[in-house]
Amino acid sequence: MNADPLNDDLRTLYQDIILDHGKHPRNFRVVEHHTCKAQGNNPMCGDRVNVTARLADGKIADVAFEGKGCAISIASASMMTDALKDQTPDAARMLAHAVRDICTGKDVQLADPALALHMEKLAALSGVRQFPVRVKCATLPWHALVSCLEDKAQATTEK
Amino acid sequence: MNALGKAKVFDVDKIRADFPILARQVHGKPLVYLDSAASAQKPQSVIDAISRTYGHEYANVHRGAYYLSEMATRAYEDAREKVRLFINAASPSEVVFTKGATEAINLVAHSFGRAFIKAGDEIVLSAVEHHSNIVPWQLLREATGCVLKIAPMEADGSFNLESFAAIIGPKTKLVAVAHVSNVLGTILPVREIARLAQAVGAKVLLDGCQGIVHQIVDVQDLGCDFYVFSGHKLYGPTGIGILWARAELLNAMPPYQGGGDMIESVSFAKTTWAPAPAKFEAGTPPIVGAIGLGAAIDYLNSIDRVAATAHEEDLLRHAMSSLAQVPGVRLIGTARRKAAVQSFVMEGAHPHDLATVLDRSGVCVRAGHHCAQPLMELLGVSATTRASFAFYNTRAEVDALIAALRKAQEVLL
Repeated sequence: MNADPLNDDLRTLYQDIILDHGKHPRNFRVVEHHTCKAQGNNPMCGDRVNVTARLADGKIADVAFEGKGCAISIASASMMTDALKDQTPDAARMLAHAVRDICTGKDVQLADPALALHMEKLAALSGVRQFPVRVKCATLPWHALVSCLEDKAQATTEK
Repeated sequence: MNALGKAKVFDVDKIRADFPILARQVHGKPLVYLDSAASAQKPQSVIDAISRTYGHEYANVHRGAYYLSEMATRAYEDAREKVRLFINAASPSEVVFTKGATEAINLVAHSFGRAFIKAGDEIVLSAVEHHSNIVPWQLLREATGCVLKIAPMEADGSFNLESFAAIIGPKTKLVAVAHVSNVLGTILPVREIARLAQAVGAKVLLDGCQGIVHQIVDVQDLGCDFYVFSGHKLYGPTGIGILWARAELLNAMPPYQGGGDMIESVSFAKTTWAPAPAKFEAGTPPIVGAIGLGAAIDYLNSIDRVAATAHEEDLLRHAMSSLAQVPGVRLIGTARRKAAVQSFVMEGAHPHDLATVLDRSGVCVRAGHHCAQPLMELLGVSATTRASFAFYNTRAEVDALIAALRKAQEVLL
């Protein structure tokens, strides 16, 4: 489409699936009767994401988010909520770990075929690996999710 | 604008040749540096002064009874005199070297604040303040029980003097406001603010980080009591800043930090302080930072600053009219009196995404809350994109910004 390799990087970062989720986020709401919640903050840019979930019978019966942020962080949160419904907390943590890995340039192989299928979609987030300052945008919702599952009130991208 | 009348033709190419970094490329594209409000680039003369000091003239100051230390001390104190002249302070003893504007404000909050501001006293800030002129006063509020009040802002980003006059009174002990807003570019009516504040007996602190870059500052003419700024935004090195305060205030204020170089005599029973400015410069100061700032001031004195400011105003006007023509772009900060800083938002594109795409075109802009989250809340946005201009920028660079924005729309929308 474009011979400019720099443009290719941008197209990889802002592929259609990212732009679609960024503009039309799924599960953008508060889960009714949620059993856990957490807020993710990126103090560097002021982006915020609130994750709520309802756990029932050892599974994530519902998960949603609200917040303000860039296309990357909103798309990541939206795709996350799509992937996590009906997963166990352990599977959710495994996906969170895998997303962090692909965003920082590591390759990921998931043994569970169902999770591997989700990872194929989430792989679109790996475009941030060429943009180090944007990695936190993609991982922020997942940090919030892990805190949510532990029911910590706050997650932050700053260590 | 009266400055425009006598402004000569400004040779921006000649100026650009003084700043070596401007010749480099980023991602294979010519660098278009539009983030000078965050930190300005450095002329070769500043880089040389730093290198020469470390290479040939370096020793600690105010200590050694030997030639090199005398030389370094003289260069350090010469830098103080250059700052004094640059801001027309009455005496070099009114010029305190700090590590930056943030430290200068913290110094005033800690020293002046704890000595002279009591529970129930009021400090008035403006709505446009940077976190560095908010948080130190919140810390003081926690320590003393004083009250913070916020002077409102008009929708276009201008300061409302009438509302300000209405919220100050006999309880107001300090008014601390920006000279120029780092987000909106608004030039605050600081002379009028100082006059109104002093009429109710309040002291006035001006955060001059952006002001001194775009305006010729005369602290005596402004009528303020404290003026602070950072060296790195004024084409000097990082790690150096200035607190200017009236002599009688510095004399009355207790030390901020204790250590070497700030004492008259020390015994375990009692220590007495050196007079200002040494009283506020505990420990080995940022010697080379001060000398580098002196070199930056020399550089500014060597160019036609009136013409430079007129050139910056031309860039701002060109940017405002060009940005307004990009579909979906809304300008944030359109006050009548503005310095060369322009924030904006673009429909459907978050500032961080914009900044990432712009960067790939070589265009450096700031995206985010600009350390002014309360102002963002008032504006009803979570972030903006900000282009800020220095006299080394060109109209062609404004055009490059606009072209990059149109490309960003292709990628993001």
